[in-house]
Amino acid sequence: MGGAGKPATEEDAALRWAYRTMQTIRCFEERLHADFAAGKVPSSVHLYAGQEASATGICAHLGEQDYFHITHRAHGPAIARGADLKAIAQEIWLRAGGLCSGKGGSPHLHDARLKLVGANGGVGSGAALACGSALATRHRGDGGVVVCLLGDGAINQGVVAESFNLAAVWSLPVVFAFENNGYAEATGTAYAIAGNDIAARGAAVGMPIARVDGADYFAVHATAGEAIARARAGGGPSLVEMQVPRFFGHYEGDAQKYRAAGEVAELRRSRDCLVAFRERVLGAGLLTAAELAGIDAKIAAEVDEAFSTAAAAAPPAAAALLSDVYAGRI
Amino acid sequence: MSIKSYRAAIREALEQEMLRDPDVILIGEDLAGGAGGGGEDDAWGGPMAVTKGLLGKFGRQRVLDTPVSEAAFMGAAVGAAAAGLRPVAELMFCDFIGVCCDQIVNQAAKYRYTFGGQDRLPLTVRTTMGAGQQLGSQHSQVLVGLFTSFAGLKVVVPSTPYDAKGLLATAIRDDDPVIFCEHRLLYRMREEVPDGSYTIPFGEARIVEEGGDVTIVALSRMVHVAAEAVHALRAEGIHCTLIDPRTTVPLDTDTIFDSVEATGRLVIVDEAGPRCGMASDIAAIVAEELFSALRAPIRRVTPPCVPVPAAPNLEKLYLPDAARVMAVVRELVQR
Repeated sequence: MGGAGKPATEEDAALRWAYRTMQTIRCFEERLHADFAAGKVPSSVHLYAGQEASATGICAHLGEQDYFHITHRAHGPAIARGADLKAIAQEIWLRAGGLCSGKGGSPHLHDARLKLVGANGGVGSGAALACGSALATRHRGDGGVVVCLLGDGAINQGVVAESFNLAAVWSLPVVFAFENNGYAEATGTAYAIAGNDIAARGAAVGMPIARVDGADYFAVHATAGEAIARARAGGGPSLVEMQVPRFFGHYEGDAQKYRAAGEVAELRRSRDCLVAFRERVLGAGLLTAAELAGIDAKIAAEVDEAFSTAAAAAPPAAAALLSDVYAGRI
Repeated sequence: MSIKSYRAAIREALEQEMLRDPDVILIGEDLAGGAGGGGEDDAWGGPMAVTKGLLGKFGRQRVLDTPVSEAAFMGAAVGAAAAGLRPVAELMFCDFIGVCCDQIVNQAAKYRYTFGGQDRLPLTVRTTMGAGQQLGSQHSQVLVGLFTSFAGLKVVVPSTPYDAKGLLATAIRDDDPVIFCEHRLLYRMREEVPDGSYTIPFGEARIVEEGGDVTIVALSRMVHVAAEAVHALRAEGIHCTLIDPRTTVPLDTDTIFDSVEATGRLVIVDEAGPRCGMASDIAAIVAEELFSALRAPIRRVTPPCVPVPAAPNLEKLYLPDAARVMAVVRELVQR
């Protein structure tokens, strides 16, 4: 119970963290959408709005020894992993103070200290890298696990099929977490995925698989938790497929003519993870409406500050063009 | 000090680096062989028998046989390197870059730069190359120029057992991704090699022969082809400097420039085709820097612009040999 004056329990704190995280992502992406439309965003962006429960439900289980590999739809997962909001915004604005010093941009958010790995521009490429992170953490024996986010489009990449097999052959502590938002760019899964069953392809290598409603934070939390615990206990790789809604286009500027009329409005009405979360916690009396409103206001201010900081920040110095190609002298 | 083959020198470097650093692991196809079969473990000890015996010394936790999945295991090596290990991944034939190019080019090479210098990527990719075994077009290429073209990679082309051992130790200790190109026709070459561990710095060419008439730059096995030509030309009174750059990234341009300034003539001997390879690259670098010092056009001795043929007579025609190098050098000194 989280009412004012009551001592916060661990569960309360976890719920608040989950809400704050999902709401931060939503606010960040909605605001970015508006700024992009207004011509204020100097890079290409792929928005995560609608998919918040996925990264948040996963990151709730990840500790500092764990790796989180993310995709080009990177802002939400980076926020969920705890990357600095201002540094994320500055990277999107391609500033020197960005997570990657302005050299990566929105699709390449990365924070080595958080083991937030390499938003990857190539669809599916991260699956193989995730096997490497898993190899390293097992080599060290530090009990780490690796969660690799992949989109539905990635299931059709050969390297993903190879990585499933390699992870299974080496029994690696990795969870392949698919965010199936129904579209790979502009092409629907019903067309592009023969059999239209992502999880079944994981089952082919003997991995445990699970399918879950990715718009339900609590369902994602439970299912991802089980897969992560299995990996941590030495049970090897597994696959989780989350059905998630995508509220915006593949990238900003995408006219989305491939979607049915009213499709997004219906998704926002019936498949909004934040609406479902609010209903659940308020209905159960776990958090109060006033608390949520307070969190919302605080987040709006934080996002405002991050964006205004990013817009005003300095670009990389010219010397940065030539630095960091190699770790050593060349 | 003892006589060792190129193959044994490479194996010794791997073993010594694995003993030195527990984070050095080997990843590749059939590095041991025998997993899942009814027969012997370490049945192959590597497709070229380079890693033979390492399974027994280090176990399957550090000698990791992979399925035939170059994209997945090369990516895993990249991920493991970013996560703090020092993987040595073996790409059986460099031609197979075709199936793991994304992992080497888009991931390994760009990792540090794209993420603003947050990470080190101490990855070594051992690969093999070269024609002369009638293996045909998909198992015989030399792709050193291709690797060299990707910013973020370092590229090593050892031509002798001594260099192979010392340069491999340097590669494994290096904090950047290194492509280590072994020429299969050199595996049986033997020479004196120290028993203990040693390193050879990258970016320091070896001057194989010294002479004042012509500078010859040659790579990998072509160093030996060029050396044969240099020895024969000496009998004709033509004296050449032969330079083996040993690494193409970094490239020791100083040594090449010093020699070309003295001779005014440059021949580059490379086993890759004439377009977009190391021969063209070095020719361009020297032409830009030392045009006024040149007394004759820069000449390249390379195979023709065709895939590598399998038939031995055609493969022999394809490969540069000492006679071709000699003919080109003679032309230059007559100018």
